[in-house]
Formats: sequence, structure tokens, C-alpha cells
Amino acid sequence: MKTDWIPLLLVPVIAIAALPFISGSTWLTLTVAGLAMGMMIFIMASGLTLVFGLMDVMNFAHGAFITVGAYAAASVLLAMKGDMQAPSLAANLAAIGPALLAAMALAAVLGLFFERVVIRPVYGDHLKQILVTMGGLIVVEQLIHVVWGPDIIPLPRPATITGAVLIGDAAIERYRMLAVLVGLVVFVAMWLVLSRTRLGLLIRAGVENTEMVESLGYRIRRLFVGVFVAGSGLAGLGGVMWAMYQESVNAAMGMQVMVVIFIVVIIGGLGSVGGCFVGALLVGLVANYIGYVAPKLALGSNILLMVLILLWRPRGLYPVGKA
Amino acid sequence: MLKGVNTHIGQYHILQGVDLSVPQNSLTMLLGRNGAGKTTCLRTIMGLWRASAGSVKFEGKDIARMPTPDLARLGIAYVPENMGIFAGLTVRENMLLAARAGDLDERRLDWIYRLFPAMKKFWHTHAGNLSGGQKQMLAISRAIVEPRKLLLVDEPTKGLAPAIIGAMIEAFRELKRDATLLVVEQNFHFARSLGDAVAVMDSGRIVHTGTMSALAADEALQQRLLGLSLEAHQ
Repeated sequence: MKTDWIPLLLVPVIAIAALPFISGSTWLTLTVAGLAMGMMIFIMASGLTLVFGLMDVMNFAHGAFITVGAYAAASVLLAMKGDMQAPSLAANLAAIGPALLAAMALAAVLGLFFERVVIRPVYGDHLKQILVTMGGLIVVEQLIHVVWGPDIIPLPRPATITGAVLIGDAAIERYRMLAVLVGLVVFVAMWLVLSRTRLGLLIRAGVENTEMVESLGYRIRRLFVGVFVAGSGLAGLGGVMWAMYQESVNAAMGMQVMVVIFIVVIIGGLGSVGGCFVGALLVGLVANYIGYVAPKLALGSNILLMVLILLWRPRGLYPVGKA
Repeated sequence: MLKGVNTHIGQYHILQGVDLSVPQNSLTMLLGRNGAGKTTCLRTIMGLWRASAGSVKFEGKDIARMPTPDLARLGIAYVPENMGIFAGLTVRENMLLAARAGDLDERRLDWIYRLFPAMKKFWHTHAGNLSGGQKQMLAISRAIVEPRKLLLVDEPTKGLAPAIIGAMIEAFRELKRDATLLVVEQNFHFARSLGDAVAVMDSGRIVHTGTMSALAADEALQQRLLGLSLEAHQ
């Protein structure tokens, strides 16, 4: 099977196609904004696509991991306000590091709880999965109101990553550049794990045919739990990135972003991390370009993109061959 | 050895008291009409479907309740009817996954290359790009990449061209020298060429056991036990 470059090529093709409609500096700003948005969506969505591919679980509660991660990080960052506002990168990192760890750890623990208690009894039953995970998402949202209160919590960005860098006439937000960098690091790390390690080999095989992996002597349940927890941790990380992007945290943020995440997972091909990456970038770019060129179409741009891609490739950009 | 094995799939009662003994270091053919329960029998031994009653013994130990991965670790390998290859992985990656020790044993690999030269040729090819025969060769190569005590193979010749079936027969002759095999087959020519013992299933039960040579010599018995399925594949 040769590497299929066509979906990946769509990213530069769409970017170049937008160029005649937008002035150069604005195009650059929008492109970086779109890529940053795409990377953040990818971080949030990558765990979900793996969980679906490997475990065949429709997990609507994924949004809860995003929200809880954001709240955990917000608690740490607000407690370390001094370090956050100091104009020193070292001080900022001293606050961000623990915040990211707290976000990923809490989201991962919540993920473990969900897999054990909520999802395990409904393996193999999609309808029940939708019902219980949707219910779980609502319960977590309400619990967040109880623990953190119902109000939106403002979350200012660290001092050293606020503001913008001027490239020619284009103003590029520092935070967006950071988001692109973090997204790339996550993607490369996932790609290395999936393509260069035995664990990755097992995950890729498990996405295709779990029964055969078991027949070869591997306990797939342990792999399920590990991937679910790791995916939840990644959702927590994505939640922090998304909250800093919006500069606020609210209990409904996970549920709000789930629609886009599902679109990305479907566009990419259920279970495909590479497809999820390309799909997220496409969604980010298209949303930004359409939002600028034809604001009235902005709300429906993601749906339109999904429809067009599914008409072209009904199983997504990189379909995973499931047995 | 299976004794009084019953297997239910949902509301259907598929295996209805199967008694089957597979002699060591020989090849036992499991024959029967479509829907007789042959595949269910293999899947029940492999733990992929649970026996609702009866015992499945392997080396004296009851394995009927053991999880599938533990059975694989005991040395039981399974090649399903759909071959179960991982299409998105290369031939090498498929083999590597089956080598639970970690690395591939070069001497064993050379032996596999002799049995199936295509595996060497397509070593770095994605399994999804192989032909049907090559996929079957990969499925069997993967099952024997490490020494196994019992090989369960479901319809290895299904959909294969006659020339490839000939190569399969040669490969199975080699395989049965140092492993016990239980092979489900519809192709009577293949079964007759390789089988030492034979068991015939009908309606979820074993209705005949004996030597393959005795069944091959008795056309009336073949007709009675196997009927149309035999005619279709002779």
C-alpha cells in the first residue's frame, strides 16, 4: 500500500486556493490561525479516534475529559498567578508545566473511571454507549458546577506568549504559533509510537482486528484501557490549549467542541490518527477562510466540508480497514 | 480433546455435544456440510466463542474457560477462514506481531521462506496488497512463526487457484511433521492428500471419525456423510 498523499495535499491546495480572495498579510494571519485551531482540535480528537478504532466505542463523554483538563489547569494557573504574569519564560513555564500535568493526570484518571465503570458494561452496544456517555458528560458538567461554580473563569495567557509577532504586515499571535508547535510535537510523538514501537504495532493491528490480536496471545483489554486513558489525557491537554485560546473556561466547553471533534474524526476516517490530523487542519483552515470571506457561511462550513469529503471518500480521508 | 461440548451463539445452539479427539503429531481433517458447526468448533477451542457445556482438554488441562490470549501462549495457533491478516501492516509487521518473543528467529524464517517464497519477496509489502493466495500464505506463516503445539486452520484453500492449492499441500505436508493440526476443509482433494485422521460434522455433532484413507476409499460413505459439499469440491 503506497502512502496516499492526496488528502494531505488538500491542506496546501486549500490554502493556495484561498489566496486570491484574501490579501497577503491577512491570508498569512488566517492560515496560521487555521493551522493553530486545527492542531488544537487534533490534540483533542486524536484520542477519540483511536478509542473508536480500537474499541469501537462511541464516546460522547470525551468532551468531559476536555473540560475537566481545562478546569484542572485553570486551578493550577490561577493559584500560580504570579508566575503566569511574570515577564519571564522560566516563570511562565514553571506555572504551565504543573498545569499541563494536572490537566492530563485528572483527565486520564477520569478516563480510567469512565472506561471501568461507564463504558465497560456497554461494549459492543452503540446505542447504549451513546446514552451512557452522553449522560456521563452531563453529570460531569454538573459536577463541575458543584466544584468550580457555574461562572465562566477567565484564564489569561502567560505573559511571554501574549501579543503578536509581525511578519511583514501580518500579525501572528504568539499563542497560535505555540499551538502549532505543540500540535506538531503531539502528532510526531504519536506517529513515532504508532509506527516505530511494538505498542504502536499492537494498536494498529487492534484497530483492524481485535479478535486476531487476542488470538496471537495479546490481552487486548489491557491495551484498550491504556489507549483510553492516554486518549483521555490528550483530551485534557487539548482542553488546556483550547481554554487558553479562548482565554476562559466554562463547563460547557467540552460539549460545544465535541461537534467539531466528531466532524474531524469522521472526515479523517474512524480510527485513523493521520486522517484525524489532516481532517483537523482542513477544518481549521476552512473555518478561518470562510469566516473571513463569507461570514454568513462560517457556521455551516465544517458540515459542508464533511459532506464534500464524504462524497469523495465515503469512509473518510484515510479509511481504516476493520475486520 | 473435546467432550460433550455445546456452544450457543445468541439464541442458536450450534455445537450440540461435540466429542472429538485430535491425535498428536498428525493432521486431522474436520469435514462437513456448510453450517455443520466446523468453524464454531475451531472458535470454541480457541476461546473465541465460549462452550456453554462440556470440556475442552489440551495436554490434560481443561481450557474451556481460558481466555484466548492464554490459549495462544499455551501454543495453540488459529488461522481463521477470513485469514485475519492485518491489511494495513506489512508482511514483516504481521509476522513480528505473531513473534511474541520479540524478534524473529532467522532460521525459522528461512524455513518459512522455503515453504512460501512469496513471503520473502513481499516482506515489506502491505498485506492488503497481496493476492488471495499470498494472504493465505501469510496467515499460515504468521501462525507458525514460532513453534506451536496445535494449529487450528479454517478452510485454507477457500478461493485459491489450483496451482496455489498444490503449493499449500506441499507446505502442509511439511507442517505436519512437527505439529498437531486440526484443519477445517471443504476441498476433498486437499483433505484426502493430507489428512491422517478425519472427523465429519453434521448439525453440530460429530457423526463420523476414522482414518482419512478409509473415508477416501469408501465413496458411498463420502456421499452419505458429505453429500453435495463433496461433489462441489471434488
